Amino acid sequence: MLAFDNVSFSYGADNKIIDGLSFNARPGEFISVVGVSGSGKSTIFRLITGLDQPSSGTISLTGHDAAERLGKVGYMPQQDLLLPWRTILENARLPLEIAGVDKKRATDQVMPLLQEFGLTGTEDQYPSQLSGGMKQRVAFLRALLSGSPLLLLDEPFSALDAITRLSMQEWLIQQWRKRQSTILFITHDVEEALFLSDRIFLLTNKPITECQEIVVPLTRPRTRKDLHKPELLALKEQMLQKLQSEVIL
Amino acid sequence: MKNLSSLFIFVLILSLWELGARWLDKAFILPSPIQILGRLWELKEVLFLQHLPVTLLTILIGLGISIVSGTLIAVWMAANPGIRKAFYPILIASQMIPVIALAPIFVLWFGYTIWSKVAVAVLITFFPITVNTFDGLSAGSKETKELFLTMGATKKDVFLKYDVPTALPHFFSGLKVAVTLSVIGAAIGEWLGAQAGLGYFSRRMMTQFDGAGVFAPILVLSLIGIALFMTVTILENRLLKWRTLH
Repeated sequence: MLAFDNVSFSYGADNKIIDGLSFNARPGEFISVVGVSGSGKSTIFRLITGLDQPSSGTISLTGHDAAERLGKVGYMPQQDLLLPWRTILENARLPLEIAGVDKKRATDQVMPLLQEFGLTGTEDQYPSQLSGGMKQRVAFLRALLSGSPLLLLDEPFSALDAITRLSMQEWLIQQWRKRQSTILFITHDVEEALFLSDRIFLLTNKPITECQEIVVPLTRPRTRKDLHKPELLALKEQMLQKLQSEVIL
Repeated sequence: MKNLSSLFIFVLILSLWELGARWLDKAFILPSPIQILGRLWELKEVLFLQHLPVTLLTILIGLGISIVSGTLIAVWMAANPGIRKAFYPILIASQMIPVIALAPIFVLWFGYTIWSKVAVAVLITFFPITVNTFDGLSAGSKETKELFLTMGATKKDVFLKYDVPTALPHFFSGLKVAVTLSVIGAAIGEWLGAQAGLGYFSRRMMTQFDGAGVFAPILVLSLIGIALFMTVTILENRLLKWRTLH
């Protein structure tokens, strides 16, 4: 679905962020990218979306080398970035409008999804009238409507309160299983990563030369209680230790 | 009624004015509000049918030119960093020129036609529209623009679907300042040389020591300003419904 092959990237001449990184994500996988602030998580996302281009190496999507990736990956940013002057329907419809779908057909496509996302009745409301969790769901729907099977979620729940966050995680898993999309999820929350992912890429060194890959030893469906299993607790401890050694105070 | 306090102050000032003017009893210098209203009634046909249309036309042409040219230049500056670097400092510096003092030159250029007054109106309304619209067009966030790009948006998409809606509230702020200034511009243009118009009429009454006659057209000018301002506000609330939700 997505593959990095020996990708390097630097800002300016000697600020190397990524050096010879290779990894791949299989179709339908849920992968979390975990690292401390400044570890280059966002750079990886900018490279995948096509906002930045690697200085060397190739990035391929669905098995093909994809030099031009803008418009081919569904991206959900950290803030919802909904447009305040557009209604919920119009916000969700935006990627379709940009793709040239006419408004009537786009609306027909969005309406059933709003219902499915528990947003019935909000279509004519404005973002300022919705709760944080609802806004994130609209933002997720917007990413989904880009039509790409690959979704990048950049710390989407970090601004939500703890309780909403837990429900949103469960909601996200449901949506992911239903749509069989491939998800790359940035987070700095180890527990969130363990609960959600098939695999976790831990970013610990800088420049990033490799992802330390952790396969989460859990089957699906999962419950919160699974996180209390001894091997999971040990894994969490191990991950935290690795991350902590990276934190520069 | 939420504006009760300002209404009270307004009535208080008018009452003090009325009392002061009666006590002074020199209507040719300080007419009372009631005398002004009386004079307005006497002059209603001359003012509303003869002079108001002239001034209103000046204002509307002036505003129209400012809106079109100001918006175009703002868009041009927003789209092209070279143009912005060249024009923006000049635009700001141009505000140091006492624009009103330039007005006589327009009489030299355009004579006593409507265009000398329009030129004054344009000169003082152009700046708030251009600068506000430009600031609005540059107010968008980089993150949102990048989100648009990840959706495969073209420059045109970003401009029409993001930059323009972002700029609209700023544009309206500029327009509100501009409509009030446009009335001043037209009136000043008319002082300098005109055969008709509310500013011209007010000045002519001055030479005749008709205090109430000076004030009556000023009252009409104020009403034009208020009407224009309210029109813009209504238009703004319609177009920017999302801003008035709270």
